[in-house]
Amino acid sequence: MIGNREILETIRMIQEDKLDIRTITMGITLLDCADSDPKVACAKIYDKITKRAEKLVRTGEDIEREYGIPIINKRISVTPIAMVAAASNTDKYVDFALALDKAAATTGVNFIGGFSALVQKGYSDSAVKLINSIPEALTSTERVCASVNVGSTQAGINMDAVKRMGEIIVETSKMSANCACNGCAKLVVFCNAPNDNPFMAGAFHGVGEPECVINVGVSGPGVVKRALEKVKGQDFTTVSETIKKTAFKVTRMGQLVASEASSRLGVPFGIVDLSLAPTPAVGDSVAEILMEMGIEKAGACGTTAALAILNDAVKKGGAMASSSVGGLSGAFIPVSEDNQMLLAAAEGVLTLERLEAMTAVCSVGLDMVVVPGETPASTISAMIADEMAIGMINSKTTAVRVIPAMGMNVGDTLEFGGLLGSGPVMKISTLDSSDFIARGGRIPAPLNSLKN
Amino acid sequence: MRAVITVIGCDRVGIIAAVTADLAAVNINILNISQALMDNLFTMIMLVDMGGSNASFADVSDKLKACGDKLGVEIRIQKEEIFDSMHRI
Repeated sequence: MIGNREILETIRMIQEDKLDIRTITMGITLLDCADSDPKVACAKIYDKITKRAEKLVRTGEDIEREYGIPIINKRISVTPIAMVAAASNTDKYVDFALALDKAAATTGVNFIGGFSALVQKGYSDSAVKLINSIPEALTSTERVCASVNVGSTQAGINMDAVKRMGEIIVETSKMSANCACNGCAKLVVFCNAPNDNPFMAGAFHGVGEPECVINVGVSGPGVVKRALEKVKGQDFTTVSETIKKTAFKVTRMGQLVASEASSRLGVPFGIVDLSLAPTPAVGDSVAEILMEMGIEKAGACGTTAALAILNDAVKKGGAMASSSVGGLSGAFIPVSEDNQMLLAAAEGVLTLERLEAMTAVCSVGLDMVVVPGETPASTISAMIADEMAIGMINSKTTAVRVIPAMGMNVGDTLEFGGLLGSGPVMKISTLDSSDFIARGGRIPAPLNSLKN
Repeated sequence: MRAVITVIGCDRVGIIAAVTADLAAVNINILNISQALMDNLFTMIMLVDMGGSNASFADVSDKLKACGDKLGVEIRIQKEEIFDSMHRI
């Protein structure tokens, strides 16, 4: 039998250190819903999602109750809509977003991801229509998340799409200005987007995925911080070992929940995503882990190295604990969702440049970053290009989820509320990049040898 | 199916009596009881077998929670696998 000490350790992790399962995400393929009549396609989409995910939320709640582990989000990801809608004779892709939103509401999930297009090498007609409809889709729906993959290590970076996405982000922000510009919080621009990511806003159900699948995202920055408190002042080998052991335990819980959900729903288990995802709650912060390692605040010299240690050790520990690992798997650094990160950004000690360096060693990118509302679209595109280049060259996923806060400037704070937190408006270079962005075309795929 | 019940709070007369009475009422068998101190709080840990009970997990969980509220302690019931999966390979 398990010892008392172990039982109490688990309870303390959940109770005090805010260990939770961040999301159970059901991936559903919608390729079979394609129809030349858009109305029929939307009806098929709604029917398929509501049938497949009918018991998702209830099953999540049952598992939560029986195992005593909070499962914060139940979500759905679907085939990138640009592929499904391609067969339909319509330019009005917003209708597809509305169908997704309605299906999400019926099933009770809080987000549905997959209003997406993959355009790393070029646009299909359908991808163009989808991208053009993103601003309206995100402001006329509540739960739909959109993503666009504009680059990959194999294909290079589609700079026409980078340019367009800068404009789309500004437009989305303007259209949702009366709701804290929150349309942009539901929009991710990717390089090397994973096909099995369970986390929003970037989740979609990739084309190589099974018919229907359960992916689980774990979390637990608080648990890692608590473990590091016990090895204060000790060397980095010890730090790394401590994180690995903690990540192992956290992931084992994710694996249990994933296999349980998969068997109860009769849907194959896909992956466990080993991510440290912060929330605005005190004690649930990735930046606090870096501080525990000895960094005064996120942004200080040493921040990138500390994050690199954390990210790598989480993967090493987690990979051993799950039968199948995937998604983003690493530490997330969403500025507005991490209490210590946003304080450092508000003080100006955590800069966009430092964040960019951090994204080279962790799992995502410039995430939930708020910039002044008057930032030109070309500057946002250039920021995306920088981030995509990091992902393309380093063969990793990078992403940009940036919110131009309409009518706000550096020093102001944009309040999203809930899990999205609040974002201090960060300083962004006012130098002009418009000629660079205006070039368009494609940045060729990088050489994969002669690495230095 | 086995579950772990934990009671955490200030020690007082009647905690074990109240919890075990609730369990007996729904035919849940206690396999093991132990006590420990966590941050100076009274902690009782029980391993129980729910195989013979016809009450649903949700009902038992609600009943124990209500019992804890009455006694001023926190009572949780969790399936044993969560501890096994975290601490045993």
